[in-house]
Amino acid sequence: MSWWGQPTIDDEESLRYPPAHVQSRRPSGIRLSQNKPALEVTDLKTVFDTQDGVVHAVNGVSFTLNEGEFLGVVGESGSGKSVTMMSLLKLIPMPPGRIDSGTVFFGGQDLLTLELDELRKVRGGQIGFIFQDPMTSLNPVLTVGRQITESLELHTDQTRREADAAAEDLLKLVGIPDAGQRLKSYPHELSGGMRQRVMIAIALACSPKVIIADEPTTALDVTIQAQIIEIVKELRERTGTAVIWITHDLGVVAGLADRVLVMYGGQIVEEARVRDLYARPAHPYTQGLLKSLPRLDQKGAELQSIEGQPLSLYAPPTSCSFAPRCKFAFDRCSEEAPVLEEIAPDHKVACWWNTETEEPRHAS
Amino acid sequence: MLPDSAATTTAATAKGEVQPGQVLLSVQGLKKHFPIMKGVFRRQVGSVRAVDGVSFDIYRGETLGLVGESGSGKSTVGRVMLQLTPATEGTVTFDGHELTSLPASEVRELRPRMQMVFQDPHASLNPRMTVASIIGEPLKEHLSLSRSDRDLRIEELLSVVGLDPTHANRYPHEFSGGQRQRIGVARAIALNPDFIVCDEPIAALDVSIQAQVVNLLLKLQKDLDLTYLFISHDLSMVRHIADRVAVMYLGNIVELASVDDLFESPKHPYTQALRSAVPVPDPVVEASRVRVILEGDMPSPANPPSGCPFNTRCPIAEPRCSEEEPEWREITGGHWVACHFAE
Repeated sequence: MSWWGQPTIDDEESLRYPPAHVQSRRPSGIRLSQNKPALEVTDLKTVFDTQDGVVHAVNGVSFTLNEGEFLGVVGESGSGKSVTMMSLLKLIPMPPGRIDSGTVFFGGQDLLTLELDELRKVRGGQIGFIFQDPMTSLNPVLTVGRQITESLELHTDQTRREADAAAEDLLKLVGIPDAGQRLKSYPHELSGGMRQRVMIAIALACSPKVIIADEPTTALDVTIQAQIIEIVKELRERTGTAVIWITHDLGVVAGLADRVLVMYGGQIVEEARVRDLYARPAHPYTQGLLKSLPRLDQKGAELQSIEGQPLSLYAPPTSCSFAPRCKFAFDRCSEEAPVLEEIAPDHKVACWWNTETEEPRHAS
Repeated sequence: MLPDSAATTTAATAKGEVQPGQVLLSVQGLKKHFPIMKGVFRRQVGSVRAVDGVSFDIYRGETLGLVGESGSGKSTVGRVMLQLTPATEGTVTFDGHELTSLPASEVRELRPRMQMVFQDPHASLNPRMTVASIIGEPLKEHLSLSRSDRDLRIEELLSVVGLDPTHANRYPHEFSGGQRQRIGVARAIALNPDFIVCDEPIAALDVSIQAQVVNLLLKLQKDLDLTYLFISHDLSMVRHIADRVAVMYLGNIVELASVDDLFESPKHPYTQALRSAVPVPDPVVEASRVRVILEGDMPSPANPPSGCPFNTRCPIAEPRCSEEEPEWREITGGHWVACHFAE
């Protein structure tokens, strides 16, 4: 066993990633068997006090992340997907941000009630982060080696020398050639893909139970995105870390996630296993998103756009926030906000309209 | 100027096979090198070969998709074609006029016929100008309309792109990203152009808004007989919108074919890798896909490799590839590729 609790890899070849230029992909089985929650979030509400009023960014979000699970979080800009995940570790700027209510249970304690120094032990230790833009989230005046060992020294009792060796192993693990040399590089000397690999190495450094990745491949080119995705998939199988992957790209989560949350207007509007979500989307927003996407593997029909614009979040929702853009909206939608309810095993939706039977979900 | 020379096809592109019709725009051996200056005396120490010899034709009424990763030179091609920046070498012929050798005043006269839609709808609209003055500016510059005629035209343009004509006196910040991109489109079509370069027009927009703008572009193309060069890194969207597609890598076009040929039977190893790297929004398909993963990054265009530009990352590269530049050849009707091994 190595320092990060995983089988040590002696074979140079198995570290080289990818091993060959063609990678056949194993079918992504749904691994929900253990169903042991790693993270339980209940009724999270985050608001921002701004000059123009209070922005209700997260409006009562509840979800569970199981151990070893890959959870995709999909939404457009302003849907609250990033603020939700940042709120879990109080990583939002406070003020102007405020967490109004909610509990976040992780390892038997509520993260939102922890003191800052307690919380710091969790951040980067038991919960790792990968941010979208590695240029702004890496420190430009420290070598990448130093940035990895910093996290190791903070969260483990390794000596500097042990941490240095560990950092080199980590860089090898995320597929950086000449890892020993690269430890001495500064972030600006690396390409975007390499910087994102360094971010992943930092997130993995303390073998966290959960990694939160916020649009980690959005700034990268597709061929580099494919490299990063393969690394994340491989590392996850090796380490069994649970991952929350925030993205706006329904294509990326299709091949990665076990389960997907769809967010709109600061709420979860649909939650389902990945295959159910794409095969039988139940929320009109999810359906609209999937129909508005062109596909590379087929010459599609006309794209169906979702008309209108996302709502402003200056008022707490008293009705369905998607109703103004929804073609199924009826009177109840503007009177009462729908709640997330289970419509099939592991499939929840927050909508008053049943698009399958084409009638209201509940007789009112 | 020989107006009938517009109908001549050039050696680089097949005539009639894919998109029968008249060549509107022809690019021959186009190069754009940016000098790298260093030292106190700003001596040139090298050059960034952003575009390194590309040739293609665009037919009237078609959409040519230009895809590639960041740094491949695709935006530079679009800018040089419209003479927004001068070419280092090569020619651009627009409807019989060789733009690269015309004086600026004559290019300006052709300007109304070729326009551009920019990527970032935040940066490409002047925040201090109202929508009416943004859209009215090309009208003022190139036409001599009376004030009331101009206002009528502005109203008409706004409703054509799906905006409320009564919002003409608002400022760009009062609009959302998608609406701002519609303003950019209205400005581009204000002078009834023949040809529009769309430089990543949807890259900055949310998924649900992208489809709105793309549908608008397609509708305008049909209604106004427009010809597009659609520059994008989003292969799925290019598949949807384009008639023919050119793939760029490190300043070179490596493959050019009709959209179905290119995506269903790509011949160049780079196109194959690019296609397999794009995720498909379908978990069932994703689970069974075989993926070609490229190693490493694109080399710097300031120091491109010898021979084939792709040889450093190519999975099937042989010694020959780093010595000999592959010939740009047509392998089937209208399917052009630059690779020694493509067949």
